Amino acid sequence: MAEVKPDTELVDRVICAAAQAWKDDGEILATGIGIVPRLAASLCMVSINRDLMMTDSEAWLVSEPVPIGPRSGPLKDYQPRRETWMGFARIFDSVWSGKRHAMVGPTQIDRFGQANISMIGADYTKPKSMMLGVRGFPGNSMNHANSFFVPNHSKKVFVDAEVDMVAAAGYNPARLERGWSLDDIDIRLLVTNLCVMDFGGPERQVRLRSLHPGVSAAQVQEATGFAIFIADDVAQTPAPTQAQRDWLARLDPHFLRATALGA
Amino acid sequence: MADKLMQAAQAVAHLEDGMTVGIGGWGPRRKPMALVREILRSPLKDLTLVSYGGADVGMLCAAGKVRKLIFAFVSLDFIPLEPYFRQARQSGRLEVMEIDEGLMLLGLKAAVMRVPFIPTRVGLGTDVLKNSHLQLVGSPYDDRQWLAMPALALDAALLHVDRADARGVCQIRGPDIYMDDLFAGAARKTIVSCDELVPTAEFHAPQEARQVFWDRSCTSAVVHIPCGAHPTSCAPLYGFDVGHFKAYAASAKEEGGWSGYAERYVQCSHAQYLDRVGGEAAIRQLPLPVF
Repeated sequence: MAEVKPDTELVDRVICAAAQAWKDDGEILATGIGIVPRLAASLCMVSINRDLMMTDSEAWLVSEPVPIGPRSGPLKDYQPRRETWMGFARIFDSVWSGKRHAMVGPTQIDRFGQANISMIGADYTKPKSMMLGVRGFPGNSMNHANSFFVPNHSKKVFVDAEVDMVAAAGYNPARLERGWSLDDIDIRLLVTNLCVMDFGGPERQVRLRSLHPGVSAAQVQEATGFAIFIADDVAQTPAPTQAQRDWLARLDPHFLRATALGA
Repeated sequence: MADKLMQAAQAVAHLEDGMTVGIGGWGPRRKPMALVREILRSPLKDLTLVSYGGADVGMLCAAGKVRKLIFAFVSLDFIPLEPYFRQARQSGRLEVMEIDEGLMLLGLKAAVMRVPFIPTRVGLGTDVLKNSHLQLVGSPYDDRQWLAMPALALDAALLHVDRADARGVCQIRGPDIYMDDLFAGAARKTIVSCDELVPTAEFHAPQEARQVFWDRSCTSAVVHIPCGAHPTSCAPLYGFDVGHFKAYAASAKEEGGWSGYAERYVQCSHAQYLDRVGGEAAIRQLPLPVF
C-alpha cells in the first residue's frame, strides 16, 4: 500500500529559511531545540555550512546530523556517527566560549528580543502558569548568537510590553550593566509560521525580512504586539529547492515536521 | 579501612530538617529515586533542594518536603512540564532561587573550590538577577561589572551510579556524568546509591578506572539499590519508564492524585516497589531513549 505523504509545503519552506541562520557562522556549535530548529540546523550543516558542529542531543558531537524520529523504517539500523564526547558540562564550555548559535522557541518575545520560557503572570512569586524555568536562556543570550522559532505568530508570543520574566537578555538599554553595550548581545533571525524577521530596522527595531506565500505585511503587524519595521518591498520567503527537499526526506523520513506548525 | 555500605534508611537518617540537599542526574536521567522515596517515607522537612530537576523535585514538592528550591528547570523532557512542581510553584508557597543551568554549575564549582563566588556574564540583563537576589561585582582587571554567582554549598548530595564498591569508588558508564562530580565535591555528606555493588578489583583496568569521576573521599555512604534510578534512566543499564512517567503525570490531574501515587509506589519497601512497577527484569529491558 502506498503511504500517503503528509503536506509539508509550508513547514519545509520555514525550515529552509531558518537554515540560513547559521550560513556565515563558520565552525561553531549549532543547536536547534524542537523539530523545526533542529531540522534547520541539520539542513544547514549538510548543505550550506558544512563546518558546523552538532550534537546527538545527548552527549556526543556527530559527524553528520542525526535524523529525527523512531528507529524504524528507513532509520531502523541508524547509528549516530559520533566524533567527540560532549556531555552537558562541556556544552557550557562551548556556550561560554561564544562559539555557538542556538535556535530556540520561547513562549514570549518582546520588542527588545528579550525572551521567556520560565513563567506567565504578573506575580513572579505566584505564577499564573509555571513553565520550564529559565534553563540555559540567560547564559545563551549573553554569550553567543541566538535565533528564535515561533510556530504560532501572535500577540500572545510577540507581546506588547516586556515579557513576563526576562529569561534571555535582549537589546534593552535599561538593563545594561556598567561596561556592557548592546553589541554584547547578538540576536539573529526570528522565524515564524508567517514570516522571517530580524533586528535590522532603525535602532535595532524588529524588521520584516520576508513573507511566506499568501501572508501580507499588514497581517504580520496585526499579529505582533509591537511596531515592526516594514520596507516598501518585502521579498517572499524562497521555496525549498529539490536538493533541500531530498535532504529533509532523509533527515525526517517519518514526517515529524508535518505537525510542527501546530497543524 | 572505611566501609561506607549502609541501608537506604540508615543513610537518609543522616539528613536533618532544614538541610540544603543537592540531587544529581538531569531531568528524567539517572536520579537517585529510591533515596528520594526513602526521604518521602521519612519525617524530614523544610529542605532546600538544588537540582537539575525532574520527578525528584516534583515528588518532594508534592509531599511538602521542600521549603526552597534552587533550580534552572524542572522537566521530564518528553513530558516538558513537571506537574507537581507546577502545582507547588503556582500555589505561591514555594520559595525559589531560579538560575541558569550554567550558573548552577558555577555555584557548585565555587563550593568545590571553597570560594564565595565565581564571576560570570551569565544572568546579566535578565530577571534572574533581581528575582534571585544575585549581586554584581566590579573587576580589578577591567571596567565591567560581572555577576557574582554565589557558592552553592550543600549539606548533603544524593547521587545514583551504575557501580560502586563499599569504600565509595563510584563508576558511571553512561554517556554523561551531568554535574554529579560537582555535587559530590560541593557536599559535606554524599550519599550514593548504586545499581551494582562490586569488589574494588573491578576498577583496576584503566578503561574501568577511566569511568570513575570523583575520588572516594567525596563519597560518605554507599547504598546498594538495584534499579534505584527507576523510573528515571540509568544508561546503559535501562532507559526511563515512559509508561510510569505518564501515569505519574496523569495522577496530578486527579483529586488526591499524589496520595494515590504515594500509597502505591512510596509507602512500600524497595522490593515491593520493584514488583509493582513490573519487576527488575522488566526494568532492565526498558529501551534507552532515542533523541
